[in-house]
This record gives sequence, C-alpha cells and structure tokens, in this order.
Amino acid sequence: MKALLVCEYREGKLLDSTYELLAFADRLGAEKAMFLIGSDSALPACSTTVYLADAAKHGEYNPDVHKKLVLDAAQRENADCIVFVHSSYGWDLAPRVAAALRAGQVSEIVGIVDGGYEVGCCNAKMRRTVVPKSGKAVLTIQAGAFSSSDTPQGTPRVERIDTADGASPMEFVGYEPAEKKDVDLTRAEVIVSAGRGVGKKDNIPTIEALAKALGGELGASRPVVDAGWVDHSHQVGTTGQSVSPKLYVACGISGAIQHLAGMKKSDFVVAINKDKDAPIGEVADVLVVADVMQFVPALTAKLQ
Amino acid sequence: MKILVCVKQVPDMESRFKPDGSGTWFEEADLAFRMNEYDEYAVEQAVQLKEQLGNEPEVTVLSIGPDRVNEAIKKALAMGCDRGAHIQDPAPQGKDPWQIASIITQFAQGEGFDLIFTGMQSQDRGSAQVGVLVAELLGFACATTLVGFAYADGVITAKRELEGGIKGIAKLRLPAVVTCQLGLNIPRYPTLPNIMKAKKKEILAIPVADLLKEEAVASTARFYPPARKGGGIVLEGDVGNLVEQLYGILKEKTTVLR
Repeated sequence: MKALLVCEYREGKLLDSTYELLAFADRLGAEKAMFLIGSDSALPACSTTVYLADAAKHGEYNPDVHKKLVLDAAQRENADCIVFVHSSYGWDLAPRVAAALRAGQVSEIVGIVDGGYEVGCCNAKMRRTVVPKSGKAVLTIQAGAFSSSDTPQGTPRVERIDTADGASPMEFVGYEPAEKKDVDLTRAEVIVSAGRGVGKKDNIPTIEALAKALGGELGASRPVVDAGWVDHSHQVGTTGQSVSPKLYVACGISGAIQHLAGMKKSDFVVAINKDKDAPIGEVADVLVVADVMQFVPALTAKLQ
Repeated sequence: MKILVCVKQVPDMESRFKPDGSGTWFEEADLAFRMNEYDEYAVEQAVQLKEQLGNEPEVTVLSIGPDRVNEAIKKALAMGCDRGAHIQDPAPQGKDPWQIASIITQFAQGEGFDLIFTGMQSQDRGSAQVGVLVAELLGFACATTLVGFAYADGVITAKRELEGGIKGIAKLRLPAVVTCQLGLNIPRYPTLPNIMKAKKKEILAIPVADLLKEEAVASTARFYPPARKGGGIVLEGDVGNLVEQLYGILKEKTTVLR
C-alpha cells in the first residue's frame, strides 16, 4: 500500500503534526511519500519523497488550488490512500480530494483495527469501524492519536510540483491572531474547569470557589464559553489553551475530544459527572459520579 | 436570493448508546432526538441573512430521515425558514456521507440555490464531509468551520476557526456552501406565535429513492463502546462519603493539598 501524507504549513512554519502522519503510515505498514505546500527552508525531517509546491505562490489556505496539487502528486505517486490530519486544514481539504476521486473518506481515525479504521462517534462516547469501499481512500487522522517516540531524522528527496491554474472563487485575506489572554492557564498548578453540566451561569462562582480553595485557576469547556458563562481566556482545549497542571478537576464536562486534547497532559485528573459513561472517564484518575452542584460545594467546605 | 439550510436530527448526546440488531449503529428506542447543534447555528445564520436583506431571500430547510425529522424541520421553520423539504428515508444511517451529499445535490440542482448553510459536522457521526462534498458536487465555493459570517454584494467574508485560537479570514463569491462552527451566533428560541405560524408553512415530502443515484464508497462494519483504558477509580454513593474519599486520594496522590 502506498500512502501520500499531506503535511500542514502555517505562517511560514511546518506543523509538527507532520510526524503524526508518518507514525500513522508506519502503523499501517504503508510505503510513504509526503506532500507539502510550503518552502525549501521548512522541509520535514524524513527520508521519503516530498512533493513540494511553493506556498508563496499557491497560498497557505487556498483549497481549490491545493486540491489540484494534491491530486497531481497522488497520481504521480499512484497512492492508494491520501492521508490528512483531521484539523481545520485537513477536514476542509480532504473531502474535496475525495469528491474528485470518488473515493471513500474515513474521518478522524483513532486506530487501525482488523478490516478497517476505528473512529469516534456520538460525541466520542462510542466507536465505529469504517471500511472504504473504493479503490483509493482518503483518510484523516485525529490530532494526537498517532505518535512516534523516534526523533524525526533524514533529508527528503524533493519533487517539485506546480500548477498554472490558480482559478478559485475564494480569496484568503489573512490571519487574525488569538485573543490576548488575561489568564495564563499553562502555568497554573491546579485548574478547576466548568462544563455544561454545571447547569447555568449563576453556578460558575461555585466552581470558582473550589478553584480558589485549591489555590488554582478557573478553566472552562467550549460550550460554557460559547454560552457566555465564562470568558474565552479560560477555555481549555484545541481552540483554547493546552494545559498540564498537577491537578485538573473537570466539573460537569462530558469530555469532547477537543477538550481532552487540551488537558490530557495533566498529572492527575478528577472528573465530577453524573454520567458514568461520559468520555471524560477515559482520562480521569478519579471519576466521582455525582451531581456537580451538590458535590462541589461540599468539597470546597471540606478544603476550607 | 435562494438559500438552503441542511439540518440533521441526532440523539441527545447525554443518552446512553447501545448497538442495534445490525451492530452497525445505535438502537433508536428510548432515545430523544433533537436538531444537530451545529445545524442550529446554520439555521440562525440563514435567517439573519434573510433579515439583513429585507426578507427578500427564500430560505428552504432540508432534512433526510424518517418521519421524526419533521420535528427538526418544524423547529427551523419556527426560527424563520420559509419552507421545508423532507427527504423521506427510513434508514439514512446506512448511507455514507458521499450518498447523503449526492441526495442533497440532486435536490439542490433543480432549485437554483445561491447559498447553502449547514453545520460543520454532525454530533453523532461527526465525519465533517457532507457540506464540502455538496459544494464540490455543485461546483460551489466552500468555507468550513465558520465563527464569523458577513455578506455584502455577492461576497461572503468568512472567519474560519483554526487551532490555538487563531482565525483565518477568506472571501467567497456566490454560489457558495458554508459550514458553521459552534459559537458563530446565538441561535434564537422559537417563540409561540412563530411556532403557530410555522404550522402553516409548506413541507415538501420527497422519497429518497427519487434522489439517490450513487453507490456508497464507505461503510460502517461495527458500532461499539470504546475499550476502557482502566486505571481510573470510579467513586459512587453518598456525597459526604465521596468528599471524604476524594480528599483522602488527593492527599495521598497529589502534592496540591498543603
């Protein structure tokens, strides 16, 4: 099997997720070639072929043109599968490539199992095994699901690719930087985070009081931030901050993958949830099955 | 301007899921269904655009599934969509994203939509493919994961959510498909008068066989709960006891209690 691995490049840098693609291909036992719309000064450390197109010419986000370049490289390599990271770049581009090839796409792969690929579903509470039925397949892998302990090394063989057809109904304007953070959760030793399970905005001070009693900071999951209960600067997860405190207490957080990705490096995780099956239980050292608004004030009182 | 919003009805994610008889999807009995959360933002954005343009655009809301999906269509009508299209399919879970996209495309081709809104993914299957596939099949421009939307003179300014809090800004010309991320807007609650008004709005009923022309390119072999990684302690029981137990554990296993 031959795999074409589509690397990501943003603001002039190659993203580290490149090496997760290599780890996935190794797990698959596939022959590897890489694809990058980037520059000669930021090549991946590997000993495979890299199909390289110039980001200065084709842009960092320009899916109509990037699609054509991926298809060109896939054809030259005669790739059986084209692999992306399931990221804002990958989930945007992969279906365009799949549509052009009429290929089956498997999204956000977390494992390779007998006869297919394992993916999460139902808010990460369940799993599915998905099998592509087309000759060629398009795959996206979950960020962080595949990694290698080996230090990347090697010098790739560069094959240049280009297209004169730059037509697109879309124009990329530019990036907007992340909002300034008034709270630096990355340095906190203790984080107590509120999820949708706390019920309402009026209950946030109760969670904050526990954070204070433990000498820590308040964190929050995405739904709580979207609802305006807690400021964005407290958000933990892929689109917020990635944290690694000594103690992480998840209050009423079900554990969507985007949240888990931001807190699973914590030393010790306590989850308080009335749903025993919530996916947060998978990363918790202790799962307290209880109503958050009954348990949290009692724990705070004990600590004081 | 003609606008289409594609919505899916999904189970409440707080539910407990178990495999059905086929072992490839969940057992539907005992589950409560609601509109896919991402799609609520799509409906709201479509209705806001209609209002911005002096109510000139006609907004059609489409859903594929058994009769229960009419509840999701009616909610969208009560939020301000003008008419519904129910693609009648007793078993949409057996179709892959490619087939679902082809069904929507078949419907859309006869209608001449200028702009299509949908959620960036569904909460149950979560493949994040259908919106982009529809755009490709129709030859429309497409931007995914919107947390900002503005429209003027045939051009959409889309703010895409990237990783780490960064946003990417892109301009798209119509016709286009946009997929909506959580937090794009604040979806309205249907008011009682609007729920009553929605009852009078038309809902087309179209058998899925009339629109399905494509074979599946992927299939689900198995549906199952994740393997428990183990190691974690589960505490249950009286709150007072739980507090004592957790306090003991924190004292023993962490250095944060001084």
